[in-house]
Amino acid sequence: MRDELLPGKDILEIQDLSVAYTSAENEIPVLRNINLRIKKGQVYGLVGESGSGKSTLGLAVMRHLPTNGKVIQGKIILDSRDLLAIPRKDLRNIWGREISYVPQDLYSSLNPSMRIGDQLIEVFLTHTDLSKNDAKGRSLGWISRVHLPNPDLITRKYPHELSGGQIQRILAAMALANHPQLLVLDEPTTSLDVTTEAVILELLGELIREENTSALFITHNLGIVNKITDRVAVLYAGELVEDAPTDLFMQDPIHPYSQGLLMSIPKIGLFKKNKALVDIPGQVPALGKLPKGCVFAPRCQLALDRCHNERPPLEFYRNDSSVRCFRWREIQAGKIKVNTPERSLPPNHLPEDRTVLSVQNLGVDYKIRTSPKRKVLAQKQEIKAVNDVSFQVGKGRTLGIVGESGSGKTSLALAIMGLIDSATGAMDLLEMQLPTQLSNRNDQMLRNLQMVFQNHDDIFPPYLTVQEILIRPLLNLAGLGRKKAEKRAKELLALVHLPENYIHKYPLQLSGGEKQRVAIARAVALNPDLLVADEPISSLDASVQASILNLLNEVQQEYRSSTLLISHNIAVVTYMADELLVMYLGQIMQHGKPGEILSAPYHPYTETLLSSLPEMNPDNLSAFTLLETEPIHPLESPKGCPFHSRCPRSLGRICADQVPPRQSTPGGGMIFCHIPISVLKTIQKDLFPIDRVG
Amino acid sequence: MLSFVLRRIGLLVLTLFIASILVFLISQVIPGDVCRVILGREAGDAALQTCRIDLGYVTEGGESISAFHRYFSWLADFIKGVWGRSFATGENIKTWVTGRLNNSLMLAALVLIISVPLAVFLGILAGLNEGKWIDSIISIGSLSVVGLPEFVTSILLINLVAFRSDTIPATSSILIGASFWEALPSLVLPALAASLVLLAYIARMTRAGVVHELRQNYVRTAELKGLKRSTVLFRHVLRNSLMPTITVIAISIGWLISGLVVVENVFNYPGLGRLMIFAIDRRDLPTLQACVMVAVVVFALANLAADLIHALLNPRIKFDN
Repeated sequence: MRDELLPGKDILEIQDLSVAYTSAENEIPVLRNINLRIKKGQVYGLVGESGSGKSTLGLAVMRHLPTNGKVIQGKIILDSRDLLAIPRKDLRNIWGREISYVPQDLYSSLNPSMRIGDQLIEVFLTHTDLSKNDAKGRSLGWISRVHLPNPDLITRKYPHELSGGQIQRILAAMALANHPQLLVLDEPTTSLDVTTEAVILELLGELIREENTSALFITHNLGIVNKITDRVAVLYAGELVEDAPTDLFMQDPIHPYSQGLLMSIPKIGLFKKNKALVDIPGQVPALGKLPKGCVFAPRCQLALDRCHNERPPLEFYRNDSSVRCFRWREIQAGKIKVNTPERSLPPNHLPEDRTVLSVQNLGVDYKIRTSPKRKVLAQKQEIKAVNDVSFQVGKGRTLGIVGESGSGKTSLALAIMGLIDSATGAMDLLEMQLPTQLSNRNDQMLRNLQMVFQNHDDIFPPYLTVQEILIRPLLNLAGLGRKKAEKRAKELLALVHLPENYIHKYPLQLSGGEKQRVAIARAVALNPDLLVADEPISSLDASVQASILNLLNEVQQEYRSSTLLISHNIAVVTYMADELLVMYLGQIMQHGKPGEILSAPYHPYTETLLSSLPEMNPDNLSAFTLLETEPIHPLESPKGCPFHSRCPRSLGRICADQVPPRQSTPGGGMIFCHIPISVLKTIQKDLFPIDRVG
Repeated sequence: MLSFVLRRIGLLVLTLFIASILVFLISQVIPGDVCRVILGREAGDAALQTCRIDLGYVTEGGESISAFHRYFSWLADFIKGVWGRSFATGENIKTWVTGRLNNSLMLAALVLIISVPLAVFLGILAGLNEGKWIDSIISIGSLSVVGLPEFVTSILLINLVAFRSDTIPATSSILIGASFWEALPSLVLPALAASLVLLAYIARMTRAGVVHELRQNYVRTAELKGLKRSTVLFRHVLRNSLMPTITVIAISIGWLISGLVVVENVFNYPGLGRLMIFAIDRRDLPTLQACVMVAVVVFALANLAADLIHALLNPRIKFDN
């Protein structure tokens, strides 16, 4: 796209770079023979999963590798100067002036005990001869430039008083303050909410364009690559496997890993009844345990004998791209390609229309301490984490719940599981009244309600083997004998596609994806009627996520169980769910079928969530609404519509003061909004062309 | 900030109140008749009765008083400064204990003056050079000093210094009411002995703090701004890394006031710790209670100071959420 139009000057050139981490005994290679060039003004995406070495490459370019990191060979040339030849003590003349870094870990990346202004001003004082006053003026200018209101006030704040989005704006201002030639951004939006991510990406794009700086943009998210980069390089297990202009790459990826990665993400408008996701079997090889031949061969559908024994060279094609695969010619010619599994899932055509779970007026209040200034004793204030929520889940169906952090979706899940004592309201499980407290539930209720948690790292006791983990519910709740339970545990392992010998492994010996498989096996061990899955894939690597989603669908078909799927990712939820619940600040904003919501979101908040998706077509994007403001703290929850303070379509007073009415949508859903459906429909008419939605 | 200070002071009062109950309970947990324990088996009935009246167990008329009443009258007297007379020597407990406290405070001050700057310096040096030889020397050196019991270092000091010097005495008995400068020669050796222990402890804590902070992401941010190494260190790292050190110093003030028994004994220094041991030996309950209460107050005040310094250095603490 823009690649050819750009002037040919290389700002950064990496030549045959290899980096290793050294320990007392050996050297573990992290990056092998990396080559890439970034031109002036170019945004270069670097994609990879954890363990791919993408952050290491970013730090190597910064000349800021951890102390045990070592450059084995190669050159890093910044504007015709070899960075690796610069003595360590002179690096500070480069840092913050010629190359700058924007980190991922927002909250820990600013000094917690210094005011924002003091931290920002340093960038000017250290690299320029500006007086303190002039530097202060420049700081204020930059704070405005990153669209933060009231710069003077911001300079006097401490980092913990700012939101994630505000901190990222400050970090961006710091990085660009001295007009560097190159910006290295390491997952700069990963820890933000989707709506905030969208505006920060816009801002970064705008700043990079205005400054005409070059950028190395490290991310695991292909949607972001598509949105902001001009070129993309794919890293896998420390090797660059493909490098191409972004638009060509997105249409026509060559390397089997790139193809798999692109097809494994649920795209908006894809539904599980139409198509299963491509899953890449296995996992990224551990550092130091690289396969002998092609690093991707053990997971590759198209691998030949040769791929397992010989390392493929990086070959150039199409004049502007390169790929590291023996079979790239066949792939490019369209003779072979990575296949989607053909087992598409039939829709849940269950004749019985039974309700498994019914929730009425569920509420969760938390009391938190606040200590307003000038008061001796801390006051307690109530947060309505879940506010008057009602819904039903039908037999064999999946209800998706989507919302940003603070929307109350996890509190809702925990309340259903009986883990929140203060929960109020009524719940029925299979037409039996379900007490809100776990201790009042009987074994049958416990059996019928199981959960898959988000964080796979600390859900299992580290001293139990997989077998012990799996047979516990069988012994305790199903009353099975030990022999039978062990036999069942083996069946469960097979169900989640884990080898039989995993039965004696400990959690520490499992990868993230394997742990999540065991968690799913444990949850379905009792054949529950309802499985509650809270962000089941958000802590997993991209190439593993698809296989877990496929597994959840398989399991659901096998057991005809219902699923309550909670996620911040609206693309995942619309792919997986039969019905969708959109939550904001503890309240339901919208309920409906994914197909209807995607073709006409109606509710302005849902519209915003969809607009924020980086994979949304940029051509339509100008019409979309991005929110400059960030999710407000639940404590400040307004009394009218919870979304009114951020709503791009707010009607003013009525939204601020009155609880929005429930309106039915043509497709059988409903929204809570003051704006009439017909009006919303006309405003949104062209935003989501129906043909996008299968 | 004001509300934070007030809340901390409120907590301090609460702490002292609870501590006072515990101190009072010392006299209650002794099995059997306290006065029998104090006075011994041969004590006559008259002596026992006097003792019970002195301790407030019975009225002059011989009626027993409830523990509840005794506690509050004891507490009220303590707050008013009526601490009574020693069972063992008949001395006025208040002048006795405050005099000893004064001695202990002088010693503690000198210990802190010697050890804190040096220890913090060594700790920072070691932390900045983590894993290098200079770190090893400081770490191993401080570890071996910590390992040596205080009486060994004390005796070494007497041998090495006091026996060869005319100004620095081996025993440190000082006159009542002596000023810091008058007492200084006598303070040097016990202060050195105690400093060695603290030095190692504080240095290791500082090192750990520096090492921990150096790994934080904001240090990377500061370095990648292109700041000078010294700016990164002094403006960013130190302020945050000294937090645990401040806590350790506050806690060690308590130790210096009441826990320095061995050093005080070796040098025959009239500090609060020795008085406490004396009171225990002689079953001198009122003196013991006064000593412990004084130590608790000093300890609590030192911790309050540490909290306030923390709050000044770390803006997050003030907000408490």
